Amino acid sequence: MSFLTIEHLEKSFGANRVVKDFNLGIEKGEFVSLLGPSGCGKTTVLRMVAGFETPSTGRIAIGGKDVVDLRPNQRNIGMVFQSYALFPNLTVADNIGFGLKVAGKPRAERTARVQEMLKLIGLSELGDRYPFQLSGGQQQRVALARALAPSPHVLLLDEPLSALDAKVRVSLRNEIRAIQKKLGITTIFVTHDQEEALSMSDRIVVMHGGIAEQVGTPFEVYNRPATKFVANFVGMLNTLSAEVIDAATGRVRIGGTEATLRRPLPEGKVMLAARPEMISLGLQPGRDTVLDGTITSVDFFGSVIRLRARVDGSDLAFDMFNTTEEPPPAPGTDVRLSLLASDLLLIGEN
Amino acid sequence: MSLWTRLTAWLALIFGLTYFLLPLIGMAEFSLKMRRGVYSLDAYAKVLGDPRFQETFTYSVVMALFTIAFGVLLVVPTAYWVRLKMPWARPYVEFVTLLPLVIPAIVIVFGYIRLYNTSSWLPLTGTAMGTNVLLMFGYATLALPYMYRAVDTGLRTIDVATLTEAAQSLGAGWITVLGRVILPNVLVAVLSGAFLTFAIVIGEFTMAALLNRPAFGPYLQVLGANRAYEPAALSVIAFAITWACMGLIQLATHLSKHTKAPR
Ligand SMILES: Nc1ncnc2c1ncn2[C@@H]1O[C@H](COP(=O)(O)OP(=O)(O)O)[C@@H](O)[C@H]1O
Ligand SMILES: [Mg+2]
Repeated sequence: MSFLTIEHLEKSFGANRVVKDFNLGIEKGEFVSLLGPSGCGKTTVLRMVAGFETPSTGRIAIGGKDVVDLRPNQRNIGMVFQSYALFPNLTVADNIGFGLKVAGKPRAERTARVQEMLKLIGLSELGDRYPFQLSGGQQQRVALARALAPSPHVLLLDEPLSALDAKVRVSLRNEIRAIQKKLGITTIFVTHDQEEALSMSDRIVVMHGGIAEQVGTPFEVYNRPATKFVANFVGMLNTLSAEVIDAATGRVRIGGTEATLRRPLPEGKVMLAARPEMISLGLQPGRDTVLDGTITSVDFFGSVIRLRARVDGSDLAFDMFNTTEEPPPAPGTDVRLSLLASDLLLIGEN
Repeated sequence: MSLWTRLTAWLALIFGLTYFLLPLIGMAEFSLKMRRGVYSLDAYAKVLGDPRFQETFTYSVVMALFTIAFGVLLVVPTAYWVRLKMPWARPYVEFVTLLPLVIPAIVIVFGYIRLYNTSSWLPLTGTAMGTNVLLMFGYATLALPYMYRAVDTGLRTIDVATLTEAAQSLGAGWITVLGRVILPNVLVAVLSGAFLTFAIVIGEFTMAALLNRPAFGPYLQVLGANRAYEPAALSVIAFAITWACMGLIQLATHLSKHTKAPR
C-alpha cells in the first residue's frame, strides 16, 4: 500500500461539487504534482490533506493511519504557501524554529536544527534578518525550511513559485526538487504551470473540474494523454481532421495523403493531434507520412526555431533546431513536412 | 497656493489652536496661583500629598490595568475569530462595539445595578470586590469601540487566515496561534487601544460615582466642588496623563519596525 492514500475523496461547497471521486496513492519519497487550470480543485485537495478542509466523503491515510479526523496541528505535515506566510514578527531563524518550539524541543536541539536548515537553503548568513528584509525568493526558501524543520511526514506546496519572477522561479524550482530528493520527503506540489509540473515531478495528476483525468509520469502524460483535456492542457498541440478509411488498421485520410496509425480507430471522422516536435521539415528517415504546406511564420527562439505551415487550410506548428549551415525557410516557401503516423494522438471522434 | 488661501489656512489653524489651548493655558496658569502674588506649585504639592488623591489614583490605575487585560482578552480573540471564520458578521459586530458611544454610561450603569443588585440572581453589588468587577465590565464596555477598532485595524495589516494555517501546520493549537502569532503582530494596535482605555478609565466619573467606588473621577468632582486651585492642578495632571498616553501610542508605532508589512 502507498504511503499516502487518498480514496474516493469528495468535497462540495454548498451545491458546488469541487472535488469528485479523487483517488491517489503516493509512495514514500515521491514527488507528485497536481496540475490543472485555476479553479479545478487542486488547492481544495491539498487543504483536505493538510486538514484545513473537511472532506464531504472519502478517506485520507498517511503511513497507514487515517487522518481525516485529525486536526491540522496533529497531522505532522509541512505546508508552503504561495504568499510565503512567514511570521512578520519573528526573525528568519525563529520562523524556522517555530515548529520545533511548539513541539517543546530543547533550545540546543532547536538551534542546531535551524542552522542545518539555513545551510540547506543556502541562507546561513541571514538567520537574524526579519522577513521584510528578504527578497521573495529568499522568503519562500525560508518558508520551505520552516515547513521542513520539524521533519514532517508529508510536504505540501501550493503554487509556491507563482508569486516570483521568471528567473527566480526556474532556479527555485530546481532547488526545491534537489532538497526534496536529498531529504527523501513525500511531496505534493500544486501548480497550474505545466512546465513546472513536467520538469519537477515523479508523477503528475492532471485535474479538470474536480476530477483527476490522468495520473502518470511526465513522459506518459505528455506523450500518451488519456483524455482530450490532458492532451490540450499539457504541451502544445496541432489538430488534424481525418477520415477513417480502415478502422481495424487505423488507416486514415488527412487532406491529400493517407496514413496508417497501426491501431484500431473508430469509424467516420476523427480529430487527430500532433506535438510540434513530432513534425519535421523535409523527408526524414523513419517518418512515413508526408504533408505539403506553405510556411506562414518563423519565430527564432535561439537554439529552437518555431515554424508554422499552412496545410489543408489549417496551421501546423513545428520546431527545428538552429544550425549554423542553413537558415530556416522564409514565410511563403512551399515545404514538405513529415511525421510518423503512429505518433498521432486521437483527441476526438464523431 | 495663493497668499490668500495660505493666510486663511493659517488663520483657521490659529483659531483652532486658540480654541483648544486657551482654556488649558488659563487653567494651568490658575493652578499656579495658589500663593498670593507669585506663581508656585503649592496646589500641586497639596494635591499630590493628599492621601485621598493617592488612594483614588492608585485605585483607578489598577482598575485601568485590569480593564486593559480584560479588554485584550475579550477583543483580540473575538476580532480574530470574526475575521477568520465569520467575515459576514463583521458589520454587525462592529455595530455592537459602537453601541457604547450611543448609549450613555448612566443607562448602562443603571442597567447593571438593576440586573446585579443584592436581590438579583447574581448579586455583584453586594460586595466591594463584586462591584469592582462590575465597574471593570462597565469600563471595558466604554473602551470597547476604541479597543475593537484598534485591534481590527491591526488585524487588517496581516494575512490572518494564512498565518493561522501556517502556524497550525507547524503544530500550533489555538492558544499558541493567538499568543505567539496573532497577538505579537497586532501588538501596536493593542497598545494604542490600551492607552486609550487607560485615559478613559482614569477620567471616568459616572459609573464609578453611581457604583460608589473610590475612583479618581469622583474624587476630582468632589474636590472641584469644594476647592479652587487644587482642581485646576488636578485637571492639568489628568491632561498630562492623557497626553502621555497619546505620546506612548506614537512611540509604540514608531518602535515597531519588524511588524511592517512585507513588500
Ligand atoms: N471555502 C470555499 N467556499 C466556497 N467555494 C470554494 C471554497 N474554496 C474553494 N471554492 C471553490 O472551489 C473551486 C476550486 O477551488 P480551488 O481548489 O481553490 O481551485 P484551484 O486551486 O485548482 O485553483 C473553485 O470554484 C472555488 O471557487
Ligand atoms: Mg489554488
